[in-house]
Amino acid sequence: MTSKNEEYDFKWCPGCGDFGVRRSLEYAVADWITQSGEPIENTVIVAGIGCSGNMVHLLEGPQPFGIHGIHGRTLPISFGIKMGRPELNVVIVAGDGDFLSIGMEHIAPQAQRNLNVTAIIMDNAVYGLTKGQSSPTTSLGVVTPTTPYGKVEGALNPLDLYLTLGATFIASGISTKIRPLGNLMSQAMHHPGFAIVHVQSPCTTYNDNYEILKGNPKKGMAPVAWDIPAEHDPSDRAAAHAVIHSGGIPLGVVYRQENSKPLDKRMGEAWAKARSQTVEQLLDTFGFKVS
Amino acid sequence: MERKKDFVVRFAGEGGQGMVTAGEGLAQAAAQVGYHAQTFSTFPSQIEGGPTWCQTRIAITPALSAGDDLDVLVAFNHEAYEGHRGEVREGGVIVYNSEEFQLEPDGHSFGMRFEELGKSTGNPRASNMVVLGAIAHLVNWPQSYLQNFVKARFNRGRANDQEIIDSNIKALSLGEEAARASGFNLGELDPPVKPKYTQVMIKGNDVLALGAVAAGVEVFVGYPISPATTILVFMERNLTGPGRFVYQASSEIESINAIVGAGFAGKKAMTSTSGPGLSLMSEGIGMAWMAEIPLVIVDAQRGGPATGLPTKTEQSDFFAALHPAHGDQELPIIAPGTVEECFYAAIAAVNWAERYQGPVILLTDQMLSERAQNIPRPDLGKVVVENRLVYRGNNGYLRYEASTASPMPLPGGPGSYVANASEHDPMGDTTHRPDRHVQMTERRFSKLKLLQDSTYEAKHREAPVAVMPWGGSKGSMEEAYDVLMAQGERVGWYYTMFLHPLPAKLLEELRQKELVLVPELNYLGQFGSYLRSLGVRAESITQYTGLPFKVRDLVNQVTERVRARRGGMVRV
Repeated sequence: MTSKNEEYDFKWCPGCGDFGVRRSLEYAVADWITQSGEPIENTVIVAGIGCSGNMVHLLEGPQPFGIHGIHGRTLPISFGIKMGRPELNVVIVAGDGDFLSIGMEHIAPQAQRNLNVTAIIMDNAVYGLTKGQSSPTTSLGVVTPTTPYGKVEGALNPLDLYLTLGATFIASGISTKIRPLGNLMSQAMHHPGFAIVHVQSPCTTYNDNYEILKGNPKKGMAPVAWDIPAEHDPSDRAAAHAVIHSGGIPLGVVYRQENSKPLDKRMGEAWAKARSQTVEQLLDTFGFKVS
Repeated sequence: MERKKDFVVRFAGEGGQGMVTAGEGLAQAAAQVGYHAQTFSTFPSQIEGGPTWCQTRIAITPALSAGDDLDVLVAFNHEAYEGHRGEVREGGVIVYNSEEFQLEPDGHSFGMRFEELGKSTGNPRASNMVVLGAIAHLVNWPQSYLQNFVKARFNRGRANDQEIIDSNIKALSLGEEAARASGFNLGELDPPVKPKYTQVMIKGNDVLALGAVAAGVEVFVGYPISPATTILVFMERNLTGPGRFVYQASSEIESINAIVGAGFAGKKAMTSTSGPGLSLMSEGIGMAWMAEIPLVIVDAQRGGPATGLPTKTEQSDFFAALHPAHGDQELPIIAPGTVEECFYAAIAAVNWAERYQGPVILLTDQMLSERAQNIPRPDLGKVVVENRLVYRGNNGYLRYEASTASPMPLPGGPGSYVANASEHDPMGDTTHRPDRHVQMTERRFSKLKLLQDSTYEAKHREAPVAVMPWGGSKGSMEEAYDVLMAQGERVGWYYTMFLHPLPAKLLEELRQKELVLVPELNYLGQFGSYLRSLGVRAESITQYTGLPFKVRDLVNQVTERVRARRGGMVRV
């Protein structure tokens, strides 16, 4: 994969938030390589379906491995990669539709297993690739092609959901703050467990909410996004809950479980009780003598 | 006294009364003195209760089927008696639990107080041994047969071993006395011809799982579903240690996607399921085909569609196995026909997945999954394990460029690419170009040609009409074939577990036949239909009761069709 492939003609729209997320991810992967000493080939990008998933083809510079699978299944695919090869750095890139709608059923199991992967979720509150339908994070009442009389279901609060389901690292970022976002991704990759970086990544074509997120002093609009203050203790679950419910979009590390033990470590501990037998030994257990 | 070459015993009653334990115990005891045995179990989909039965056939030669008619019916309750007595052969005996119901003396049944006799030994769990003791008397087995079985089974290195052995031996003798008092006797089983080879007594699912481990499967992710669950259970217990991973997933959707991930990462990966799970896996299987990821899906068939008949047997997933996903794809299918073949089929399925780099369906059925049978111990020395071609060159590799299977880059190694479930160009990037879809579609199908060199069985090749069973119906058809030969019918025999693609030479032979009869447990005649699509004049013999074929029915069906044909055709 390469961004220099003439045949590959997918393009994000001008101003798409995913451009910034890509740059942040490139920083974070470079940082991972520097800090871990692992080659880029030890990183695997698992892409969802949607505009955001195309990032796997659009990364610039040295190329990691990638898998661009089917809609909503980044988590179970990552599960197989990571548990088959625990030494790999597995990073999911998916959107709110892929991860929170069709893929929702996979979040709870991986959170409870504490699968050691990083999920970067680009939230534009809309299905962009299929031209603007409503998503789980679209607000109540919003008119879209599939909610022509206004959306009748409420908007999901993804950070609240992640905390409830048991993710052990939860961060919130915005695509316009490339360095801070890259830093959140780095922390997520180094976290030993299930890490989610939820990113506001606006869709300029179907849901251009840059102004709402960042505010506009000329119009007297206050920003919806705000930086989590430095005194917030991410290991404090109650504090994390309070941050999530303070209104607007908090930016920064929301929650980080201390002493997080990932699934691969738990498996190793469980298997200390197992007696690993060869095929011959297993066959012996079914053997019998004719007397 | 009548001399017999085989005996068929059916234990019927309520789930939880130990039907399967009794049937498998009888099989194990018989095998330990050198007989051959096979069981067939069926039960309702509930933890306890509901009509359950287990049938055991004991023979002096390897048992091909579970047997058509019952020599002994053990009825644990009245419902079982009413439901099964019609299948007792003339001269057969019914042993019933007289604590549950009473019958007037009818010349072919007698009652015993199963529970009471069992409990009188001081061991409340000994009632099964009372029953086995009665059966031993009916077939004139020396007491030592079951006594030795009891000693072997309960000698577990525990403090109370001797106590349990003594109470069970006491139970055997109580059953024997009751049977003797009844005056019934079924004749004498010919002495066993002790096999000279080493054996194992094992079930289809267990030996299949062992084959997978022998083939190098290192990642297994599955979800509980009858009748495939015991494969997952076996793996959970045994597929442990560094480099391995086994897990009960949250759904079949998770299972298939997880093994796609593991296969992509370089592991030999497998899942097991039954029809409903196969349906859920559909899209993930399509991804494995499209992105070219080696993996194996076991489909232990049950009755369908939807929830269907969870604990009954059927061979109605052939079409679903051939085309499990949407779009142009056609999966390799290997379907073992015997317990022994389950081992080798699992190895072949893993090898095929590695060779052509894609998903393979290992298609079994309930009667095979649950069947316990004594088989020659698999010889690991004869196992050939294949591994995929791995790319070891420089970066800049075009993963999907060749016109057939080509070396696969693995994460951590050179040649990074995107394994893509969207149509892609040679480097794995998404494309919509018509020429690329043509090129890649042809690449994916051309890889199937790597799988056409498998083996098959053929007998009486000269006959213009042949039978060709598949999967778990093999045994019944094989036994029926022997009867047909003895009757002087001129019918050929073809069999392979490699259903798709068929061995090329087999297909050539089949196309020469005037008629190929395919016994299969489904309504549509699915495999027959597939053979016709390949230019074979095939006709199916179908049954869709949730139960296996009876040998007698197959003999009649084949005979009728051959004779009907003889009436209308110049030769046969």
